[in-house]
Amino acid sequence: MRTYVLRRLFQIVPLLLAISALTFVALHFANSDPTWIYAENPQISAAQLGRIRHELGIDRPVLVQYLLYLRGIALHFDFGRSYTYHEPVARVLLGRLANTLLLTVAAALVTWGLAIPLGVLAAVRQHRAADRILSLLAFASLSVPEVLSGLVLLWLAARSHLLPVGGMQSVDADLMSPAGRALDVARHLVLPAIVVGLVPLASRMRQMRASLLEVLHLDFVTTARAKGLPERTVIARHALPNALNPMITLFGLTLGSLVSGSFVAEVVFSWPGLGAVTLEAIQRQDQPLVLGAVMMAATVLVLGNLVADLLLAAADPRIARD
Amino acid sequence: MTDAGREPEGARVRLRLGRNRPAVAGGALLALLYALALLAPFLAPYAENDIDRQRFFHPPTPLHLRDEAGHWHARPFVYAMRAGTGPGAGFVEDRSRRIPLGLLVRGARYRLLGFLPTTRHLFGVAPPDRVFLFGADGLGRDELTRLLFGAQVSLTVGLVGIVISFAIGLLLGGLAGYLGGWVDTLIMRFSEVLLSVPGLYLILALRGAFPLDMPSRQVYLAIVTILALIGWAALARVIRGMVLAIRTADYVAAAEALGMGRMRVLVRHILPNTWSFVIVAATLAVPGYILGEVFLSFLGMGVQEPASSWGNMLQEARHLDVMTTYPWMLFAPSIAIFVTVLAFNIFGDGLRDALDPRHAVPAGR
Repeated sequence: MRTYVLRRLFQIVPLLLAISALTFVALHFANSDPTWIYAENPQISAAQLGRIRHELGIDRPVLVQYLLYLRGIALHFDFGRSYTYHEPVARVLLGRLANTLLLTVAAALVTWGLAIPLGVLAAVRQHRAADRILSLLAFASLSVPEVLSGLVLLWLAARSHLLPVGGMQSVDADLMSPAGRALDVARHLVLPAIVVGLVPLASRMRQMRASLLEVLHLDFVTTARAKGLPERTVIARHALPNALNPMITLFGLTLGSLVSGSFVAEVVFSWPGLGAVTLEAIQRQDQPLVLGAVMMAATVLVLGNLVADLLLAAADPRIARD
Repeated sequence: MTDAGREPEGARVRLRLGRNRPAVAGGALLALLYALALLAPFLAPYAENDIDRQRFFHPPTPLHLRDEAGHWHARPFVYAMRAGTGPGAGFVEDRSRRIPLGLLVRGARYRLLGFLPTTRHLFGVAPPDRVFLFGADGLGRDELTRLLFGAQVSLTVGLVGIVISFAIGLLLGGLAGYLGGWVDTLIMRFSEVLLSVPGLYLILALRGAFPLDMPSRQVYLAIVTILALIGWAALARVIRGMVLAIRTADYVAAAEALGMGRMRVLVRHILPNTWSFVIVAATLAVPGYILGEVFLSFLGMGVQEPASSWGNMLQEARHLDVMTTYPWMLFAPSIAIFVTVLAFNIFGDGLRDALDPRHAVPAGR
């Protein structure tokens, strides 16, 4: 198992390298001059501009630039400086990444908190009204992209004044007690978390339903029923734990899709996360920031997949041995 | 997944598909949507960029059959609308002036299907009055007109993108599975890289490789290219798996023994056997491409004004005060997007059941 974990960890390095190379080259093609802000400033002369370009390293061949970039990351965890924030990219992004992860965790709670009970309900009431309605809703929800659910929820919130319509904190957050501030963030978190959490909900619910139905046909469930246990106990104590097992491996995969899914919700609800900052960076042509953000998002996705694989290996030791 | 008896199999598939009522409805809806997009200039009462400086944010005009006096009319009519008094009062119906809806009225000049010059529009009212069935946007442009013209962009992005990315995916996946060795390793590693970047980040990063402000036509091509360059990876991996299974079949060995070139064996004998999977996967993948365009245009990096697309219509409704005061601007494009995606999903699902009752294709997302 340990060698398996190490091997999987090592496989990540070339993957991330390839992703960084791909993004680096793509952004290089943008052939937009990152010094345009300086070029428009009349107080900066052509010679100064040349020096700035030299300091930024953008007057060198792309391969050299890329290798220098990698060296910075490897030696100092230095992802370069943001052109617009005038701060190290890592410092700008780490806070944003934390916000995105907070949103992701909240969204995961929405997904699993709904998928498990609803999946169980659908399985227990198989082919009956509740099951039919749930499967219809699941199908319909697959056709609602985050942009739509986000905008419609935003519209509802704006009309009802029940929940804040954007951002992460109220304007008077600084005056609140720590507990009040946490509650304030939580209230801002509700809508984006629902939008992000709804995306994988339908598939997870169907999988939960299928998983429980499979278990319900096994002998030990029949035995438990034959013992005269009430149906509720049979399901909660005997069937459900076994049905949840395969779902655990899906957890890591869900994490990855949630990070990608949070992009739209962040933009719609102005949640200051990784997606929102990426959009901003692209619009302002802040290439180091774009590059760093894409790398971070990819790292989270890759780690999520790794967690999924490791959980799978933990559940089924044959995978690690192969 | 055998190729035996193509004709009877095709008939069986059609029969199974025909019995699946939701799938038939979904397919019919799709045909209707694409017909609407094709005939957009005729069906739309106005030209795509017909600005009305007197009627900003005009609400939807209700159609009536029965007038104030209680008389019924065979021809639907609208009441004249006049601006209400006071700031933010909007528009109110002027019940004293009935304007019958005309059929095949004269309006803006356009070329029907791209070549027949005409000025006839399916319906409309005599100027200077206007009919806004779905309301108007902030420039007084008819939302219905923008939706129809926008459909030309939003609906075709999906088809063009699918064709390109599936061509790449089939070829690369096929080569990887059939040739194996370093070709396989290279293609699979590359697809892994593409799949390891969260989709929207990758789309945006690649969008960053193009200039931010480009003419509409180029933006359209850029969007299709970006979506296709990303989309092939997932398909290639599945195709590779299928080809690995197919290449050991006797008829492949037979074709090779006859001295056929490898490319020919792959294209003529192996890939056709993945056809039913590819059709289903393509149908279910189209919404992803449509949403890709919606996403980019919504962020202001896709189709630009004055051209319309469902994404940039949503973008106009994005601001809180706009969507709360003029909700039709939010709901017109939203409903269009939802209905389209739903139709593709229902049709794709039915197609999957018809082509392969054993559900070989996993559900999307």
